[in-house]
Amino acid sequence: MTNFRALTRRRAAAYNFVPTIVLQNAIVSQPSVESPSAASIATLTNQALKELDAVSDPDGAEQWRVSYLGRRGQITGVLRSIPQLDPDQRREVGAQANQAKNALEEALARRIRELAEAELAAAGALDVTLPGRPVITGRLHPTTQIVREICGAFIAMGFSVVEGPEVELDHYNFEMLNIPAGHPARDMWNSLWVDYVNEEGQQPMLLRTHTSPMQARVMEAQDPPVRVIVPGKCYRYEATDATHEWHFYQIEGLAVAEGITFANLKGTLYEFARRVFGPDRQIRFRCDYFPFVEPGVDMSISNFVDPATGKRPINRDEDWIEIMGAGMVHPRVLEGVGYDPQRYTGFAFGMGPERIGMLKYGIDDIRHFYRNDVRFLRQF
Amino acid sequence: MLIPLSWLSEYVDITLPPDELAHRLTMGGIEVGDVITRGGWDGCVVGYVRATRPHPNADTLTLCEVDPGDGPPLEVVCGAPNVAAGQKICFARPGVTLLNMHTGRREELKPARIRGVVSEGMICSEAELEISDEHEGIIVLPDDAVVGAALDDVLGDTFLELELTPNRGDCLSMLGVAREIGALTGQQVRVPEIAYAESAAPVSELAKVSIADPDLCLRYTASVITGITIGQSPHWLQDRLIRAGLRPINNVVDVTNYVMLEFNQPLHAFDLDTVTDRHVVVRRATAGEKFTTLDEVERTLNSDNLLIADPAQAIGIGGVMGGANSEITPATKNMLLESATFHNLNNRRTATELNLRTEASLRFEKGLRPELAPIALRRATLLILETAGGVAAGGIIDVFPAGDEPVTPVPLTVARLRQLLGMDLDIARAESVLGSLGITTRRTGPDSLEADPPYWRSDIAIEEDLIEEVVRIIGYDEVPTTMLSSPIPYHQGNEMTALKDELRDALTAAGMQETISYPLVGPDDLARLNRDGHEAKPLLRVANPMSAEQDVLRPTLAASILNTLAYNQGHNDGGFRLFELGRAFIPQDSGLMRNLLPVERELVAGVMSGPRYDANWLSGSDSLDFFDLTGTLTTSLERMGVTTLYQSADDPLFHPGRCASIAVAGAQPVDVGTVGELHPDIRDAFDLGTDPVIYFELRLDDLLTAARGEENAENRFQSLSRFPAANRDLALVVPENVPASQVQRLIERVRLVERAELFDVYSGENVPEGTRSLAFRIRFRAPDRTLTNEDVNRAVNGLTRVLEREAGATIRG
Repeated sequence: MTNFRALTRRRAAAYNFVPTIVLQNAIVSQPSVESPSAASIATLTNQALKELDAVSDPDGAEQWRVSYLGRRGQITGVLRSIPQLDPDQRREVGAQANQAKNALEEALARRIRELAEAELAAAGALDVTLPGRPVITGRLHPTTQIVREICGAFIAMGFSVVEGPEVELDHYNFEMLNIPAGHPARDMWNSLWVDYVNEEGQQPMLLRTHTSPMQARVMEAQDPPVRVIVPGKCYRYEATDATHEWHFYQIEGLAVAEGITFANLKGTLYEFARRVFGPDRQIRFRCDYFPFVEPGVDMSISNFVDPATGKRPINRDEDWIEIMGAGMVHPRVLEGVGYDPQRYTGFAFGMGPERIGMLKYGIDDIRHFYRNDVRFLRQF
Repeated sequence: MLIPLSWLSEYVDITLPPDELAHRLTMGGIEVGDVITRGGWDGCVVGYVRATRPHPNADTLTLCEVDPGDGPPLEVVCGAPNVAAGQKICFARPGVTLLNMHTGRREELKPARIRGVVSEGMICSEAELEISDEHEGIIVLPDDAVVGAALDDVLGDTFLELELTPNRGDCLSMLGVAREIGALTGQQVRVPEIAYAESAAPVSELAKVSIADPDLCLRYTASVITGITIGQSPHWLQDRLIRAGLRPINNVVDVTNYVMLEFNQPLHAFDLDTVTDRHVVVRRATAGEKFTTLDEVERTLNSDNLLIADPAQAIGIGGVMGGANSEITPATKNMLLESATFHNLNNRRTATELNLRTEASLRFEKGLRPELAPIALRRATLLILETAGGVAAGGIIDVFPAGDEPVTPVPLTVARLRQLLGMDLDIARAESVLGSLGITTRRTGPDSLEADPPYWRSDIAIEEDLIEEVVRIIGYDEVPTTMLSSPIPYHQGNEMTALKDELRDALTAAGMQETISYPLVGPDDLARLNRDGHEAKPLLRVANPMSAEQDVLRPTLAASILNTLAYNQGHNDGGFRLFELGRAFIPQDSGLMRNLLPVERELVAGVMSGPRYDANWLSGSDSLDFFDLTGTLTTSLERMGVTTLYQSADDPLFHPGRCASIAVAGAQPVDVGTVGELHPDIRDAFDLGTDPVIYFELRLDDLLTAARGEENAENRFQSLSRFPAANRDLALVVPENVPASQVQRLIERVRLVERAELFDVYSGENVPEGTRSLAFRIRFRAPDRTLTNEDVNRAVNGLTRVLEREAGATIRG
């Protein structure tokens, strides 16, 4: 059975030839019975269009075409009779007859398209609201996502990513960071020690309590300038609660060269804060203490109520939120790795990506991160 | 550390509201964790109990006649056992809002009939005023309290709760905090008087001190006071100690505590008459020496513990706690007051070993300056004379072995300030800030000075310390914000980090969810994995684990990820596809090299189990199986440019016959890991349900080696043929023991074969016993021409011969 889709395609090709054929025929045709006039062409056109509206299937469309536009069709007849008219009428009526023919051809094409569309719609409508065919995708752990975002901000500022051991020597975790054995500052890092005793009866290995030991390791391995960022796992002997985990990530940053200043530290961290927390972010520093930096500071980001929304950008009822420790690398740390502290200066900083993720996404309990409930993991 | 502003204001004028003050201190490095206000007892006054009589209807209640100061006496019912006539008390009239001890809420006090007597008010305990939980007795105010005075003026106060960093031990004292506030607010600090009247008899005639171990006791100063009277301290002294959180004991001990809180120097008072020969000897303990401290506990000491002794016996543990044998008692008449400087780390070790972290050791361990000792000694002697009477001997004992060495001044230059901070600060500004902190400075040039570390600070030793002092007081906002301008250093890219990132992306894209878990596992976890109970490899353990279930550094990721799967099966429906990138820890103690860190092997492990899809209308819900995981791995690694080969393998972790080694294809295939269906015993040991559990583990160092080789060998552009391909389907009957991958390799090795895809595997009817049918769709293509039918036929014939010869395969009819 012919359908309208097939018809449209066929017609589209055929009509290109029709006018030529008609005109050739016109030259050799017989004279017509009646003389056409402007009025009769208009009447004929209206009648044809009315009939076309009633056409509802391919056969009807073909009949209509034969009846008006076929070799013996009525419009064709009008065109054939034009040479018999008075020369002064010929131009006017001829033009009108050609217009009528074009109009009817267009109307037919349009009607066939309409009918073809209706036919498609009737035949194969889908319930487009049915669920699509399942494709399974996974997601990166939220910590991975945040670590990447943070590292990305620093990579854009010329930092390179390095990683280090999670089981670390006391030497790097503390001693090289200006935290000698027995120093009260060690209370700041409760450690998980590895059950290994060396020949001197010491227990020299622990799960690193911060990523800072990589400061010493990186500087020992290369000459200045240094500009690195160190993401990685850290561990503390600490009871867990909504804001404390014994296992967490840290991201350490270190830049050492001639001429690096605290002003550079501010600039770098300001840029970081804008990239990660948005362009309107302000930062603030307060004095804090870490034995491996001097001066040592703590950085906060602004969280003022936005007058436009009446809300704070971070859902915490504080104007300033502390997000990391930082400072100028302590001269004793530089001396320890063989850098001349009078010539080289540098800054270091460290932050917890989980805390930053909690602030960004409004996560209320750090313990969600490593419980790995997929209902949590799939939210990010 | 709790700082009552009422006490603090004796040393510095407080010109800021408490919250603003707290903020300024915090920004300067003295973090105020909380500002606590005590008071707000509107309508409560100092009352006077004129008389008491028993309640007619209750033995435990007392009727009190209370003078409120501004009207006729009122009758008040009181249940406290300590109420008595003549007391000044905290009186609450009806209408006042107070904590109702019965409801736990703040409520308006109403006149109440108690056992038939109307009480016209209440005498308050600390609990009702929300000072403490103490509800046993009422508060008895000092006799000098003015009847009718507002209670807020008598008992009210504001406290700063400090959260100090270890370097700022100086702020464990009122004067330390006062100096900080002085610098931050431009106020003068008032240091208390320390001079007192000394008797003509020199102290050297009354007592003697020797330091046997000057490495542990840097300075020992002492005064002697004779003829004292032990008793209660005056009210003002008791009140201040209580507000700061200490318990008053007697006038002498209270003064030592008071001066400790005032100047930060711990002091100790000995009953001089109990000290043999009146001779104090500071010496190391002998190993195993026993000593009973003030708290009546007998302690066993080692030879690194420092003792205060006399020629006969120990009388105190230096800087930690005194002894019961020499303590001040009500009968004490003559005393020796100690103000010494002990070695901070040794003091800290002793206190830690003895589990005796006292107020004294808390201060000594941070390091006190020897210059402080005589100042605090004189201050305390003065106050003891005021509160306990007696006569102070002439002069003080001062044993200071290193006393001749001058204190090194610390330099500061404008150039270094600029080099470190990136800002221009003139020397006068620095001078003025340091001066405001009480630090003495001298100009050493037009743009430089030197500073004497003040006797109350032990954290100022180098130029950078002075720079921090300057910048923390002027504030970090004044430092400009500039970008790094030094050249970006070259760092070799870290291949392992890059590989891990690529793998994460590839696996998540292939449907796997990333997880991250603790690297500590328990012995039970490892036992569950060890089906045969064969001897475990050496493990790395934690000496002080948080719990027994987490005491081993994991040698494999299997336990972690199986536990993660079990947790999720318990909380969620559906199939799971989980992976983790993490480290396994392998000890490498050769016995020859000391302190060798374990190998931290980067691994990726993953697990699949449960229905392949959630219930849906388009696909079935078969269980995820072996081929889901190998397909995922093949695709993921292919994306990274690595072709994987699977070979049947044996591993007790897995179901027999359902385990494969994973290798990376190449000139030399590199083994990189294992994949398989978990052995049902292990699945059940981890309680993982009844569906198959498919697990894999890849070693990233091996994968990196393999991937590196692959890149060099094969990562070359291959031109695309312009000519069409021809497809042929071929069903082969192959002996069962021939792996499909071998057949596929044979096919793909034949000339003109572009690719072969296995689309059907069948055994059973119409296929001879011991064989199976493998159907391949084979695509032929030539790089330089369109293949003819004959070309393809010839290729298929060639293929058939090769397959017959190499694999015993025949074309299925």
